[in-house]
Amino acid sequence: MTGVLPVMLGDATKVVQALLLSGKEYVCVMKLHGQASEEQVQKVLKEFEDVIYQRPPLRASVKRQLRTRRIYYLDFLEMEGRNVLFKVGCEGGTYIRKLCFDIGEVLGCGAHMQELRRTRAGPFVEKEAVTLHDVAYWFMQWEEQKDESILKKFIQPMEQALALVPKVWVRDSAVDALCHGASLAAPGVVSLESDISKDSMVAVLSLKGEAVALARALASSDEILTKFHGMVANMERVLIPRGTYPKCWKSGEKKNE
Amino acid sequence: MPRTIAPWETQRKLLVRTEDRTSPKYGHKPEERPAEKYIRYGVINLDKTAGPSSHEVAAWVKRIVKLEAVGHGGTLEA
Repeated sequence: MTGVLPVMLGDATKVVQALLLSGKEYVCVMKLHGQASEEQVQKVLKEFEDVIYQRPPLRASVKRQLRTRRIYYLDFLEMEGRNVLFKVGCEGGTYIRKLCFDIGEVLGCGAHMQELRRTRAGPFVEKEAVTLHDVAYWFMQWEEQKDESILKKFIQPMEQALALVPKVWVRDSAVDALCHGASLAAPGVVSLESDISKDSMVAVLSLKGEAVALARALASSDEILTKFHGMVANMERVLIPRGTYPKCWKSGEKKNE
Repeated sequence: MPRTIAPWETQRKLLVRTEDRTSPKYGHKPEERPAEKYIRYGVINLDKTAGPSSHEVAAWVKRIVKLEAVGHGGTLEA
């Protein structure tokens, strides 16, 4: 299997959770075990453009319970003999091998996944991917020349991994408290993206665009926008080092003071 | 039945709650991080070749870039 593999360096490893939720796209060669017309194949592919049920295979290091997965799109590309080429956009954790098997079952003739290439992982796309050779070459160039623009040719800031996660921007004065596990209160919010629903994951960013934390929204976008006080998000994974922003909070304040 | 929108097809609007500015004294814009930090808080969009496992490839990247920890976003196994 080949294709887009986002590799998080050092402290950027913490954003992996966001990437798993952001969806994937593949191009796949499916080999049919019998005859089927192009028309039949196209019709069946369209049927799978929906929520599907899957149980992870034996080899997966994940609990083997039946779970639902969304297929965003399943586009027939071409067919030659028993080989079918298609493009699929799906939720993370969807087993394409099982998808091909199930398509084969519905078609009646049976099928298996012959070849798979990932063309997208969240915001990372094939067109912008670099090879291992590129990484080795450019890192060497960077070490020789110490020109920081070389780094940008093959490394992206970890914030790129959060591109598809709805965002909430907070004041400088709120950042350090969040680093210490405090919940985000409404007054700390400067701006946010629309279409955030309660309980969904959001990316908390500083006004400089730095990733502060991954958090769980306690309210919808419209509610967060109009609330005067109250908590709007619980931090789940702090991404910025403590002390980057000054401490603007006191510990152990009592209510009767 | 219209199909579900993929996360990369979602359009979001910016909702502004208040005005505020950020102090230049603290933190950095991600693109302006000094080199050592830029690498340590970086992600590589790698085009993985067939053969080695995703874990192996991630380990090679770690060796090239000389970092202690490296992770990857989703296994690509045969």
